[in-house]
Amino acid sequence: MSDFNEAFAAAFALILSFESSLAEIVSLSLQISLIAVLLASLIGLPLGAALAVFRFPGRTTLVVILNALMGLPPVVVGLIVYLILSRSGPLGTLGLLFTPTAMIIAQAILITPIIAALTRQSTETLWNEYAEQFSSLGTPPRETVIALLWDNRFSLVTTILAGFGRASAEVGAVMIVGGNIDHVTRVMTTTIALETSKGNLALALGLGVILLCLALGVNAAAFLINEAAIKRHG
Amino acid sequence: MDSSTSSNIGLKQGQTEGHNILPLKFDNVSYEVNGMRLIKEMSLTLSSVTSTIILGPNGAGKSLLLRLCHGLITPSDGTLTWQGPANANAGYYQAMVFQRPVMLRRSVTANLHFGLRSRGISRAKRDQITDEMLQITGLARLAKSPARSLSIGEQQRLALARAWSLKPEVLFLDEPTANLDPAATHSLEEIINTIKSTGTKIVMSTHDLGQAKRLADDVLFLYRGRLLENALADKFFDEPQNDLAQAFLKGELLWWHRQKLKPPSELKHRGIK
Repeated sequence: MSDFNEAFAAAFALILSFESSLAEIVSLSLQISLIAVLLASLIGLPLGAALAVFRFPGRTTLVVILNALMGLPPVVVGLIVYLILSRSGPLGTLGLLFTPTAMIIAQAILITPIIAALTRQSTETLWNEYAEQFSSLGTPPRETVIALLWDNRFSLVTTILAGFGRASAEVGAVMIVGGNIDHVTRVMTTTIALETSKGNLALALGLGVILLCLALGVNAAAFLINEAAIKRHG
Repeated sequence: MDSSTSSNIGLKQGQTEGHNILPLKFDNVSYEVNGMRLIKEMSLTLSSVTSTIILGPNGAGKSLLLRLCHGLITPSDGTLTWQGPANANAGYYQAMVFQRPVMLRRSVTANLHFGLRSRGISRAKRDQITDEMLQITGLARLAKSPARSLSIGEQQRLALARAWSLKPEVLFLDEPTANLDPAATHSLEEIINTIKSTGTKIVMSTHDLGQAKRLADDVLFLYRGRLLENALADKFFDEPQNDLAQAFLKGELLWWHRQKLKPPSELKHRGIK
């Protein structure tokens, strides 16, 4: 028990001092997850909105597949990205394996289905309300998708934050494609795994607390944004 | 809100060039959902620049008829054709206001802008038309307010302004005052009369007899998906031909008809085959 208390005390001391090695790990984690979320949003938001609006053969199958992909196992994604980026893989010549870029790619693949599926779901509800009006106005398809994304923006913030939460907490895929190289690809989750195995509980716990705070902050932001939106726009 | 206001600011629909899409001809049109016929073998022609009021009790098919006219749903049987020269692009010359106003989650001004942008109107022109609409409909003071925070009456005025801003040749109104109090209804009817005076044909559904008398030039009386009477307003209100229309005008509740089975001869007399 005393070991546990000592570890906590050391963890908080580490957070308070926020020394450069810790800052580097946190900063790299945030950079990778934010870029991955940006890429996933650029693909997932319009894809989800388009799936909500347009009816075409095979749409239902696509929706089912997309929903299923929300539960993609990170290690499998990591393995596939690893195979593609490894020297003998199709994109091996790019030399991206064990770089932050590879980690961004893996995280983006993991969260794009989450963002697209959740966007489809919330946008479809709005579309049911707007469909006749848009049809009456003769709104072109592209304008329709843009308008739905804009009018659904506050729900979509929650969706994006959910994607960010998943990306920042992910360890399996980034460990495989990033390799957890010190000062290069070491992020919070991989450091926690490594330091725990080494018995350095203070750093692991410190990063764990930061990760928890991040998750809490993200959820609080999503809640507050939604509340403000409902208050203002109804 | 006098009718001269609109013509002074260039809102008059291009009637001097003749009709673009009217007349609209229904030839034996039916509409069916899950084997249930909701609109039954309807034939009629909408042509003149007047107010056509679609009258009938709940479930008569008024809203469906409007949606068929506006192209939001397609007939299961029969044909529906716009016969004007611009019939290939008929949607461009129509607009519709729904019973429950659909407000985008943005400001009043942005709601007006959206309709105009959907029709490819330039930014400068959008600003001009939006300002005009806000003035005419008395919504200028609410221009920056979120549309969904408006009262239901104000929302319906905004929906009407958004539809009118498109300068339609035909404006379909689906019981736009159904949820409004008398003051809001009066305000909306004033706007409808102003729109009518600019040469736009109004096709409006209602089950409010008083409103039908105030606004109608001609009346389509519907009952259970059938067109039972199509007459000029004066004639319809003074001498309705169909006995269900007579009962409706007397203020009788037509629900009794559903409770009793009538002999075939009597049903035929009522226009129900």
